[in-house]
Order: sequence, then C-alpha cells, then structure tokens
Amino acid sequence: MTSARFTRVKGWAPASPLLLVVAVAFGIPAVMLALGAFTVPGAPGEPGTYGLDNVAASLREPYLTKLLTSIELSAVVAVAGALTGTLLAHAVLTSRSAALRESVLSASGVLANFGGVPLAFIWIATLGNSGLVTTSFGLGPGLLYNFWGLALVYLYFSIPLMVLVIAPALEGLRPQWREAAQGSGASVWQFWRHVGLPVLTPALLGGVVLLFGGSFAAYATAAAMVGASVPLVTMQIADALTGNVLVGFENVALALSLDMIVVAMLVMAVYLPLQRRSSRWLR
Amino acid sequence: MTVEFRALRRTYGATTALDGLDLTVAQGELIALLGPSGCGKTTALRCVAGFETPDSGAVLIDGKDVTRVPANRRDAGMVFQSYSLFPNLNARDNVAFGLRVRRRPTAERHARAAELLALVGLPDHGDRFPHQLSGGQQQRVALARALALQPRVLLLDEPLSALDAKVRVTLREEIRRLQLELGITTVFVTHDQEEALSVADRVAVLRAGRLEQVGAPAEIYDRPATPFVAEFVGTMNHVPGRVTGDRVEVFGRSLPVDGTAPGELVDVLIRPEAVLVTPAEDGGALILASSFRGSTARLRVQLADQSEVLADVPGHDAVRLAPGLRVEVGVVERPVLVTARTSGDQEPAVA
Repeated sequence: MTSARFTRVKGWAPASPLLLVVAVAFGIPAVMLALGAFTVPGAPGEPGTYGLDNVAASLREPYLTKLLTSIELSAVVAVAGALTGTLLAHAVLTSRSAALRESVLSASGVLANFGGVPLAFIWIATLGNSGLVTTSFGLGPGLLYNFWGLALVYLYFSIPLMVLVIAPALEGLRPQWREAAQGSGASVWQFWRHVGLPVLTPALLGGVVLLFGGSFAAYATAAAMVGASVPLVTMQIADALTGNVLVGFENVALALSLDMIVVAMLVMAVYLPLQRRSSRWLR
Repeated sequence: MTVEFRALRRTYGATTALDGLDLTVAQGELIALLGPSGCGKTTALRCVAGFETPDSGAVLIDGKDVTRVPANRRDAGMVFQSYSLFPNLNARDNVAFGLRVRRRPTAERHARAAELLALVGLPDHGDRFPHQLSGGQQQRVALARALALQPRVLLLDEPLSALDAKVRVTLREEIRRLQLELGITTVFVTHDQEEALSVADRVAVLRAGRLEQVGAPAEIYDRPATPFVAEFVGTMNHVPGRVTGDRVEVFGRSLPVDGTAPGELVDVLIRPEAVLVTPAEDGGALILASSFRGSTARLRVQLADQSEVLADVPGHDAVRLAPGLRVEVGVVERPVLVTARTSGDQEPAVA
C-alpha cells in the first residue's frame, strides 16, 4: 500500500464506528426497503419478480391522495412553524429579560421532544369534543379532528424545535451589521431584506427541512388523534404492513416508504446547495 | 461640517459613560478621542452616529441639533472596530449598499463602488466576498462603504485595533491621506496613543466620561495639562524633587515648574527622552538593562538612591551604553510637571 493511500485509509479509521452504525441502522434497512419496493410478489408458492408495479401503484389513487396530504400537512407545519418559531426566538433574544430568554429556551428543549400519544392526549383533553376548553367555552365538536387541527398539534412541537434551531443563528447576527446598514441609510426592513434574511437563510432552510421531516414522518400522534379521518401516508403504510384492512399490500407500503425517502431527498436537494453557498459567509 | 458635543451625559445603570462632555470638532479636522477602556470615547462616537441617545446634552452637526435624529438619517459614515462588512455581499455590493437602499441605478452604484475601491487601493477586489479578504482589506472596504454616500462626517471606532502592527501603520496613513484629500470632518476613536498622535490634527484625552485635555498632538505630549494625561500619553518617570519658589530641583538641576506645585516635596514627571545618560567611571548611576528599539534604545538606570528611571537614547548608542556601565544622569532643561509625592520622603534624585 502506498503511503498516500495508507494515510487516506488511516484518516477514515476513526470514523469507522460511525460508518458501521450508519450502515446497520440506515444502509441495510434502506436497501431492504428498496428491494421490497421493487419486488412484485408472485403467485402463491412462486418467487416474486422485480418491477415497478408497486411504485406505480403507490403513485395512484388511493395512495396518491395520502402522499399529497402528508406533503401538504408537512409543508404547512414547516412554513408556519418556521415563521412563528423565528419570530418567537427573535422576540425572546432581543428582550432584555434574561429570565424570559432562559425559560423559553429551556421550555423549547422540552416541548420540541414532546410527541406521540401523550401529545395527542393533551390536545384531546383540551380541544377534543369533550375537552376542557371545548366544553367550557361551548365550542362545537370536531375542532381538532381535521387537517388544520392536526397541523395545530404538530406545531406544538415544531415551533419549539424551530426556536432551538434558529436561536444560535439569530445570535450570530452581529449588531455591527445592523448599525452599518443604518449608517448607510437603510431602514430596519431594508436591513432584513438585504442582509439579515440572506445571512439567516441556511438556518431558516435547515429549520424548514427539519420541521418538514418531523411532520412528514410523524405517525403516533395522528393515529391516536384523527385515525383515518385525515389521510396520511404514514398511516397507510402502517395499515398495509400490519394487515389492518389491507392484506398483501406490504410491498406497496415499502414503495410508499420509498416515495417518502424520495420526497425527503428532493427537499434536501434544494436545501444543501443553498446551505453550502451561504455557510461560507459565516466562516 | 462641524461636530459639537454639548454637555453630553450618558449613564448605564450605576456606570457613568459620559459625564458632561463638551467638545467641538472643526470643519475638515481629524480629531482623535483617546483614553483608556471605559472612558466613554466609543459612547461619544455612537452618540454622533445615532446608535446611542444621551441622557442629557446634545450633538450638533454643522450647528443643527441631531440628538434625536435616527441613525439612518444622520449622514455620517462609520467604520467599526471589528469587521462589519455584510458577509452575503461582495466588496462592490458592500460599498454600494447605501446607494442600493436609496434605489440608485445599478450603473451608478457600480461606478461609485469602483471609484471608491480604487481610492482605498482595492480596484480589483470588487468581486470578492468578505471571507476572501484579509483583515486590512476588509477595513479598507468598510472605509469605502462609509464614504460611499459622501457623508458630512466620518466616524472611526477603533478601526485598526484588530489588525496586525504593520497593516495598522499602513492603513492609518491611508486613512489620514484620504481624510485630507476629501476634507471630511472625522472623529477617530482609539486607545492607542501612538495612533492618535500620528494621525490627528488634535487629540482629545478622555477620562471617566470627561475631557481631560484637547490639543495638538505635540502639545498633548510635551505639555500635558494633567498628571493623568502625562501618564496616559507616552511613558513618564516619577522622580523625587524639591520645589523652591517656581522651580524644582532634580538630578542636581533646577528646572522651571509647569503649573502649580502641590507642596515642597514632589514627584517630577520626566519623559524618558528628556533623561540624559553619559558614561562616567565614577558615575553614581548604573545601567541595569537595555531594550533596543531600532532608532532608539530604552535604558533602565538605577540611581544612587536605588530608585530607577527610564531613559531613551539614540539607537546607535545602544552598544556603548550597555548594562553594567556606570553613568551620570541628567535632564533636559525645560519646564516640568510636578505631582504630589507618592514615593515617600526621599531627597531630590541625584545621579
């Protein structure tokens, strides 16, 4: 082995445990998923063949509606969560109260990790048909059990997550940039338009991608709260894999999972080049 | 345009940053605000820029009170201490930023940016982003940006402090050249006395939010108005002396006292370059150490009474006046400042 090659191999050596974990926890399942998605089951007792039938089926009704609803819900939550989280983080970081800042950031750390059935329960207990707020204020039933109700519940963990993601970036905005802009005659809006927002773009996009991914992959909260009343791809996959209602559609479920990976990759394909370009500015 | 600080006062909680600052900067003048950290010099500058509002007092530009005018309408260009270029814009767009927010045509913006980049010595750097420029180049671009709108006043907030020594000297000369060329009224904040003395028409020394002395660099250095100024600007020896009438006896000589003596036994403030060192086999003083500085050498000399003084001698004498050599110490005949004795009841220094 040449010394340059040896050095290269030696350089990778410390990363080998990580690479192993990634291969086992992500690589192998991904490969198996892809193989399953392209496998068309044969007749009983006969081996399956490779083909695009499952993928094609996953992009037709009734699956397409579920995929699109998941994308729509995730996009709404990502955009609304990113906007609200950014505004909240900015308000907190620019406030003069250190206690407010500390408490909001700590609470965000907890709430960003709050999800699943407990999250569904607190919202059902609050705004469900027999929820405390619903009954106390005489609000009508069904407030929560629809697309917008689910979006609201997802925002409950998405907004704190955005606060955590964007806070360091907001702190990285140097006061001198704002003052230099003012000194050049810029208004507050002009500073944000020409400097602040472009500099924050990587963090904002990163937050949007993270929020999108979190909502896109969420299952338990929706399953516990809305069941089948909001058609989501994750619940369709669960139904197909567990044989609930659907039997023999396991490979279509894998194809739907593959669709989800493709959607996530498309989102990353938009994010990464922008992130790479703008991250140079903050070196 | 003139800039006037009129009885400016600014406090932060229990800390008083400006305590009634009065100062006028003349048209086309470069004035340096000099002082130690926390003396209020940056606060004063930020009051002119509009980034700070004084608790009382006023800032006047060309006779007009601008104390409450927002920063973006003050017509003052500012260069900051740390690199404040917009990281997402290249050098050309940084310089043209002010014109862009004023919606000037692209061609005009680019032409003006090119002109200013050439003026600061970076004609070929327009396409470079801040992270592709050195510290000195970034400050040049920041200077060009501050000048882009042809402001009435240029404000420099320690613009050289983050740069290495050589670049600092070059850039301060560039700043002075530009300031004279454009004739722009300039306030330059620095804690570096050499910087202040070398570029300014006048130096204003601040202490605890108050003006200690304002004057031409040579006046500040040679005739400091207060012991604080004498100590802060340059190096000063404290040599025991005895006052008789309006003269003080030190190093066996009688020198005129500059100002009023606080008593009979005093400390005489003498610059190292005013101390004369002559080799003498039977001299009462001994050279303890020598620090060569190129054009000069600084000697640490022990006097007969075991006290020490610093003396600056020409560099070419550094070999002759080596540590261990016995010498006689004298002083240049000129008026000297005296302060209350801090070194006990010693007799006047002799060597």
